[in-house]
Amino acid sequence: MTQAAAPVLKTTALNAAHHRCNAKMVDFGGWDMPVQYSGILEEHHTVRRAVGLFDVSHMGEIEIRGRDAFALVDSVTTNAVAKLKVGQAQYSGLLYEHGGFVDDILVHKVSDDHYFLCVNASNQEKDFEHICAQNKTGAEVEFASPRYAQLAIQGPTALPTLQKLTSTDLTPIAYYHFTDGAVSGTPARIARTGYTGEDGFEIYIAPEQAARIWNEILEAGQEFGIKPCGLGARNTLRLEAKMALYGHEIHASITPYEADLAWIVKLDKGDFTGRAALSKQKSEGVKRKLVGFEMVGRGIGRDGYEVFQDGAAAGWVTSGGPGPTVNKNIGLCYLPVERAKPGERIQVMIRNQAVDAITVPTPFYKRAK
Amino acid sequence: MYPENFRYTKEHEWVRVDGGTGVVGLTNHAQEQLGDIVYVDLPKVGTQLEQGKSLGSVESVKAVSDIYSPVSGEVVEVNDTLATAPEKLNSDPHGEAWLVKIKLSAPGEIQQLLSAGDYQKYVGAEGGAH
Repeated sequence: MTQAAAPVLKTTALNAAHHRCNAKMVDFGGWDMPVQYSGILEEHHTVRRAVGLFDVSHMGEIEIRGRDAFALVDSVTTNAVAKLKVGQAQYSGLLYEHGGFVDDILVHKVSDDHYFLCVNASNQEKDFEHICAQNKTGAEVEFASPRYAQLAIQGPTALPTLQKLTSTDLTPIAYYHFTDGAVSGTPARIARTGYTGEDGFEIYIAPEQAARIWNEILEAGQEFGIKPCGLGARNTLRLEAKMALYGHEIHASITPYEADLAWIVKLDKGDFTGRAALSKQKSEGVKRKLVGFEMVGRGIGRDGYEVFQDGAAAGWVTSGGPGPTVNKNIGLCYLPVERAKPGERIQVMIRNQAVDAITVPTPFYKRAK
Repeated sequence: MYPENFRYTKEHEWVRVDGGTGVVGLTNHAQEQLGDIVYVDLPKVGTQLEQGKSLGSVESVKAVSDIYSPVSGEVVEVNDTLATAPEKLNSDPHGEAWLVKIKLSAPGEIQQLLSAGDYQKYVGAEGGAH
């Protein structure tokens, strides 16, 4: 008799460290990743109040270099790459011709002829092929994921934690800016970005150094109460901050206008993949739109649940769950655009029961500056 | 860890028989697997439950799980404190955080359930498989 082989999960350079920390591991899009260490709620609150450390090395990196690097990046993304200064990062969309998302990405301008893209783990191969297929001018496109581990240090005391390990002065690095420096003696790209709604940094380092740096950050942050945090807290944190998650709020059948991401679309910057479709949709108007909701009745509206308005099916929940900081059961859903304003009464179908909810302004949580 | 006077299901519920009434709860193994519990949906007093059928649901931050009734009978009391303090299921699953009390309609069903020792072995094996 033959036995079906167990699926082989991809691992980050920190896999052994997670197992040593007693992390609860899950299959996350083909990656063996920590969903929690001490508990999702505790990790969530630690990031809001102190500092948390995340292994996000499953994220992908694509580097684009050469004289034509700008032209290629600008032609495949929705945001205005020309607006970027060296050392600045930008949230952007990678779209199909029909206007749906291939991925949502971060574009970092390293120099005039060098751009560094951070992309979603499960989309990285697809993104790379998508970009290569449109590379008509001969820019150098590198699938750079194997060269990087990525750690996120997030929370109000992320800065003093990381500052102990680097001679780069972190204070002047503005939000969505980065600098190339060193962390604990190893070259690091240090970006003031994150996916939690808190201040913090994401650093890109060589995978061989990741386990050592992970431990050193945990030691450096001890005085601030640092904790290792998993993907579970990452999800509750980003949901409260209303940051999109690929496969949920956005995917191949959703455009930036529908996803309430008009701010990353610069139609007047010149042509880019998906521009014609977006331009048409903008003039005709979108039919559905992403909106936040809070549960009014008892229950939690979760990903994929149907949403009803006036007794008829109207949309679906893209992400939903408890918001530990706002202390409410919250979520995001698509609704017909004319009914997607805050203050609309809706019902979420929770296990065959219609439970009352109400649409609300987002983000659910915004940190005090 | 697992009280000797409880009986257990492979779906990780426990029942403690007290006269003609069964007190039902979730096992420590269940709460460990679920993580932070944030919501519990329980039946109303008077609901007729059938052994092995859904009794309600429990939700952690990440997921929803069904709770199956270990015994048949009528719900005579519901632990209402769990509505406002579901986290008790994490801290005291075998005590304070009982779910419902059921007036047993078929007390013989208890014999089909696992003893503490067998349940301990069962979750040990389940844990080892991962």
